[in-house]
Amino acid sequence: MNLLWRWLTDPASWEGSAGIPARVAEHLAYSASTLVLAALIGIPLGLWIGHTGRGRVLVVNLVNGMRSVPTLGLLFAAVLVLGPLLGGDIAFLVPSIFVLVLLAVPPILAGAYAGVEGVDPGARDAARGMGMSSREVLFRVEVPCALPLIFSGLRSAALQVIATATLAASVSLGGLGRFLIDGQAYRDYGQMAGGALLVAVLAMLVDLVFAVVQRLVVSPGLAPARTSRRAARRAAAAALSPT
Amino acid sequence: MKWFLGHLGQVGSLMVNHAVLAVAPLVIGLLLAVPLGWLAQRYRWLRTPLIAGTGLLYTIPSLALFILMPLVLGTGILDPVNVVVALTVYTVALLVRTVADGLASVPQEVLQAATAMGIGNVRRFWSVELPLAVPVIAAGLRVAAVSNVSIVSVAALLGIPQLGSLFTDGFARAFLDPIVVGIIACIVLALVLDLAIIAISRAVTPWRRTQVPA
Repeated sequence: MNLLWRWLTDPASWEGSAGIPARVAEHLAYSASTLVLAALIGIPLGLWIGHTGRGRVLVVNLVNGMRSVPTLGLLFAAVLVLGPLLGGDIAFLVPSIFVLVLLAVPPILAGAYAGVEGVDPGARDAARGMGMSSREVLFRVEVPCALPLIFSGLRSAALQVIATATLAASVSLGGLGRFLIDGQAYRDYGQMAGGALLVAVLAMLVDLVFAVVQRLVVSPGLAPARTSRRAARRAAAAALSPT
Repeated sequence: MKWFLGHLGQVGSLMVNHAVLAVAPLVIGLLLAVPLGWLAQRYRWLRTPLIAGTGLLYTIPSLALFILMPLVLGTGILDPVNVVVALTVYTVALLVRTVADGLASVPQEVLQAATAMGIGNVRRFWSVELPLAVPVIAAGLRVAAVSNVSIVSVAALLGIPQLGSLFTDGFARAFLDPIVVGIIACIVLALVLDLAIIAISRAVTPWRRTQVPA
């Protein structure tokens, strides 16, 4: 505990390009770019699958299949295979982001899909009865109703990405994982534990931010009813649990 | 393939280590989650703090949790106990909600019927509520089992031997074969655990087999 405290309060830990603020910024940059890429792939695909009902089996298998693939092995394999093809500075960055995106897409996809899938058929029929086109039904009824689950998909993807971005330090990337890996290499437990604590705090803060944004964005017609939230959660669990 | 055949013994013993590190937390986690889930279901006001509290622990990235464990437990950084306790934390976090949902899914009429038959509260829990909640709990257990197998491999970065050691070894030597073998072995192990949980859950719920599938 003393070592941890000494490292955290040492001014040297907070300075320069290898200091805590710089590492936090790197960590967030990796995570944010991954999440944006994964959302650009996962959300449209999930909405399309939920809207048309096509490719449901794909979603379930993809989500469950990806969960059993060990992240660390995938990261190392990607760097070894893709790294030499790329060369230079991006030899480690691109494969790492690629693996992070690969991990982040399934939960986002599952959230978007389960959200649209779970929309009350009555609401969908009513929208169609009012003369809405298929596109309007999707964007004006299904997407707003699906927002809670789209957000919970993004939220669990964000957590996973922050955790896995920590591992990226082991393939010589920056981010907070550097403290964990370097601390171990130098037998400096204070640095390791300090880095670990920062990662944990960062993950919790990001989760909190997502929770708050989710509450602000979701239509008040959907949010306050406790039963509907519980039902949504159950639907999410059903979509995410292996069948 | 040639590498795999030459290192069968090594892969085998790493796999056994891996299985122990993944399964022990599953069993301990289940034993802890059942009473906690029961509390969350029985006393409504406990539900939110219990589920939010364990959920908060779930947000801590695995490598960070492994490293922080010695501060809590007083163990060495290389002690496999850190991995077991950390994964138990994740398992409990995942299962408390599942157990509470599973117990909540038991139809009210069944409980009333049991009470009317003179079954006391304790026996009713063990002989009626818990068995009927098994399918839901098993679904949660399967998620926990599969993610545990993946997370255990992260401990290789700290030098705790299991299938993840193949990743670090292979990466250090820029040699792909052990990494591929390790990935496949992890997936196989996850699949075996998954099937085992399905089999156990079927075995303890014989009445479900006679039902016509919905």
